Amino acid sequence: MTKRIIVDPITRIEGHLRIEVIVDENNIIQEAYSSSTLWRGLEVIVKNRDPRDVGFMVQRICGVCTYSHYKAGITAVEDALGIEVPFNAQMVRALMNVSLVLHDHLVHFYHLHGLDWCDITSALKADPKKASELAFKYSKNPIATGADELKAVQERVKKFASGKQGLGPFANAYWGHGTYKFTPEQNLIVLSHYLKALEIQRVAAQLMAIFGAKQPHPQSLSVGGVTCVMDILDPSRLGDWLTKYKEVADFVNRAYYADVVMAAEMYKNEPSVLKGCGVKNFISYEEIPVNKSEFLYSTGIVRNGDISKLLPLEEDLITEEATHSWYKEDKPLHPYDGETEPNYTGFVDADTIGPDGKPIHTKALQLDGKYSWIKSPRYNGEPMEVGPLAAIVVGLAAKNPRITKIATQFLEDTGLPVEALFTTLGRTAARVLECKLSADYGIEAFNSLVENLKTGDQATCAPYKIDNNKEYKGRYIGNVPRGMLSHWIRIKNGVVQNYQCVVPSTWNAGPKDSKEQMGPYEASLVGTKIQDLTQPLEIIRTIHSFDPCIACSVHVMDTKGHELGEYKIDPIAIGCNI
Amino acid sequence: MDIIEESLFSKAEARLNQLKKLPALKKDRSITKALKEHGISRRDFMKWAGAMTAMLSLPASFAPLTARAAEVADRLPVIWLHMAECTGCSESLLRSDGPGIDSLIFDYISLEYHETLMAASGYQAEQNLEDAIEKYKGRYVLMVEGGVPTALEGQYLTIGAHGMTGLESARKASENAAAIFAIGTCSSFGGIQAANPNPTASKPLSAVTNKPVINVPGCPPSEKNIVGNVLHFILFGTLPSVDAFNRPKWAYGLRIHDLCERRGHFDAGEFVQTFGDEGAKNGYCLYKVGCKGPYTFNNCSKLRFNSHTSWPIQAGHGCIGCSEPNFWDTMGPFEEPMANRLFNTPMFGGADKTADNIGIALLGAAAIGMAAHAVLSNIKKDKEQ
Repeated sequence: MTKRIIVDPITRIEGHLRIEVIVDENNIIQEAYSSSTLWRGLEVIVKNRDPRDVGFMVQRICGVCTYSHYKAGITAVEDALGIEVPFNAQMVRALMNVSLVLHDHLVHFYHLHGLDWCDITSALKADPKKASELAFKYSKNPIATGADELKAVQERVKKFASGKQGLGPFANAYWGHGTYKFTPEQNLIVLSHYLKALEIQRVAAQLMAIFGAKQPHPQSLSVGGVTCVMDILDPSRLGDWLTKYKEVADFVNRAYYADVVMAAEMYKNEPSVLKGCGVKNFISYEEIPVNKSEFLYSTGIVRNGDISKLLPLEEDLITEEATHSWYKEDKPLHPYDGETEPNYTGFVDADTIGPDGKPIHTKALQLDGKYSWIKSPRYNGEPMEVGPLAAIVVGLAAKNPRITKIATQFLEDTGLPVEALFTTLGRTAARVLECKLSADYGIEAFNSLVENLKTGDQATCAPYKIDNNKEYKGRYIGNVPRGMLSHWIRIKNGVVQNYQCVVPSTWNAGPKDSKEQMGPYEASLVGTKIQDLTQPLEIIRTIHSFDPCIACSVHVMDTKGHELGEYKIDPIAIGCNI
Repeated sequence: MDIIEESLFSKAEARLNQLKKLPALKKDRSITKALKEHGISRRDFMKWAGAMTAMLSLPASFAPLTARAAEVADRLPVIWLHMAECTGCSESLLRSDGPGIDSLIFDYISLEYHETLMAASGYQAEQNLEDAIEKYKGRYVLMVEGGVPTALEGQYLTIGAHGMTGLESARKASENAAAIFAIGTCSSFGGIQAANPNPTASKPLSAVTNKPVINVPGCPPSEKNIVGNVLHFILFGTLPSVDAFNRPKWAYGLRIHDLCERRGHFDAGEFVQTFGDEGAKNGYCLYKVGCKGPYTFNNCSKLRFNSHTSWPIQAGHGCIGCSEPNFWDTMGPFEEPMANRLFNTPMFGGADKTADNIGIALLGAAAIGMAAHAVLSNIKKDKEQ
């Protein structure tokens, strides 16, 4: 007898996500369905606008990966217009990218994903002295783990937990769940780092703001280059960047890396995090230049988990389809030709397992029909995983020296075989490796900038002209913290004719395609055993390992000028909302 | 103290005394204790309270009250809802700066529901929301991030196993809130998803509830603006005084232009002509490359972002007007000056009017004409011309 569970909302992510699974009598997941339940419409909103405005608008796709879409929108226009961006601007963009990677991965591990690994209620039982000694097992020079410091953390949380108000935002979670594997002492270490990381992420955000004006939503990129020329030419600003960079990089090496090594040791026998990836195809793209010819990440494709072979990436083979998505068009189309009209079919009534484990009447996804606002991107007809794991796997296949060094070191430090990378645990580990890549080698971009400035080159923005009589098309492809991102633009009559974003979470979170092939979220859940149907921590942990960014992944459409009237339900609201 | 100030002061004092009598939500967690635990001295705290008082545009004599307000702040439960949004406002709040004092304040406001930060998921998360609404009926502060999609009866956003729409959820939580803050431009004015052609008919929070809503716009707003509003509520027991767009005057009463670090260059007619030119290297005014500072009401030029690290105009890019209603439609192209198209374009906000004088009724030729006059007369002085 199968049972159906709904997890909605999935919290500690960006955006609105629902997961439904069907389990058999042994609580093993047989089928999984990933659904985004929000649709906003940014791609259609940027149409008919000045191409120079697009970067600012598409940046608002996401306030977490805030810089990613901004740079993508600006770069797509530059590609279309054939602009060569000055080297100084390229390096400053790289530094902002480094800042984003450091910030984003830190916040993800500690504040969004950390509570899937660390049981804070168990930390209250720890012996701070023992915990302090234990920290040296995972780091030569641990941070925020002195016995006194750990004791203070413990007391602070104890007071918090025993107050009348209870656990506040930590209330009602799956504490005490059987798949939590850290000892109380280990939990205390991670908890201390959780609090410390709240401070460090502020510094990482300032790191971006030095050249970016603010974070989230920096504002110093313009088509042709960057605008922060005064900051670039100010040695005190450069020094400020360097100091803050070192502080954040230090935390990555002494806390974040150590905590993931510790997680690898303690969770390596937990089946729910070691079940292999369902989709073993990976795609990644070069990103973060560190000088005139080298990038931190490599380009290519790895199929079936075979890292002995790197396949070339052909842009023409990227398509999106909407068989199970709430849009009309079902045929796979290349992003330059993407067309879509919303076709919301909503939920159906169904009996599912309620919060007490008994059947309950709910709204549920229409499993054989359309069930998500996310489309299904495919490469040559196949689903692909994108993200830090893909960047590491492709980097290994490409024999990228920096990635190879860091990944090899991690496998050595944990004693894990390379196959262990292709799991929920491996996906979480890949994120720290990517973060470490920025922490260890991002400095090269800084040095390249300084060396170039010494030559007297002060160029920051290339001149250009948009010819209203010409048609242009261009794209950005790169690798942002959640994986391979691409933006595709067509310009006509001096305005945006169409715009499509194929974003990392779309690749990973999309529903099935016309051949009923599952995307990475769904495939990664199938086969997982759930201990307690009312506390599906295993689902949360695996889904969080992808770092879902759902507002990013939701499409809007109509790139071929279809009438939008169909979903202008309330014409009074359009244009003026006061 | 003059009479008005005196009456405000006693009002605030009475309010604080009243709050003090309320039972603490968290018994063992007073701010005083918390500060001690974090090694922050009373002296540092008072310094901070002084700064916050100035920020709220209150006389210095109010500083002790600000401090007391912070001390009772732990009595306020907060519910934070996510509608159609990008989570940038939540992220902005996480960047709370300084010695961590405002993050402490945030901590000591009892955060009952916040999807990006809370540990619980699924039914357990929904339960937290229901419990908080019930338990703190009439006492909680509601903060809403994101626009509210209203097309398809709100079904462009659903949350939870029962498929509740964002619209229903926002309305339900608004019913019994003690105060409602629309955090960010999306919640205040609809934001990016409400830009033309607004395919989901997204609306500001104030358009879907009949309860009073204070708008805290900005894309995103600074965390100081959020905290300042909560303090105002605690101090006076009323919502702060607002301008025509329901923005608190203390934060949105001045134009970006008024306190801009490049204002001297504007007055001297020294402009950046194109990004990366000599003027850009010298920090000239960004008006001619599209700065919307003269039309935008916010305190960015004073407070900046990320612990005063920078702000757009410091980083050489003009203001895009992100705290103004419908700015995506009315302020673009963002890298061209308004003056070029001012006479035939509807525009919200005026360059030479104070925030509270600007209303929809005043969006006619008068305000626009005055703005254009100010701008054009300055451009005429432009040395490069």
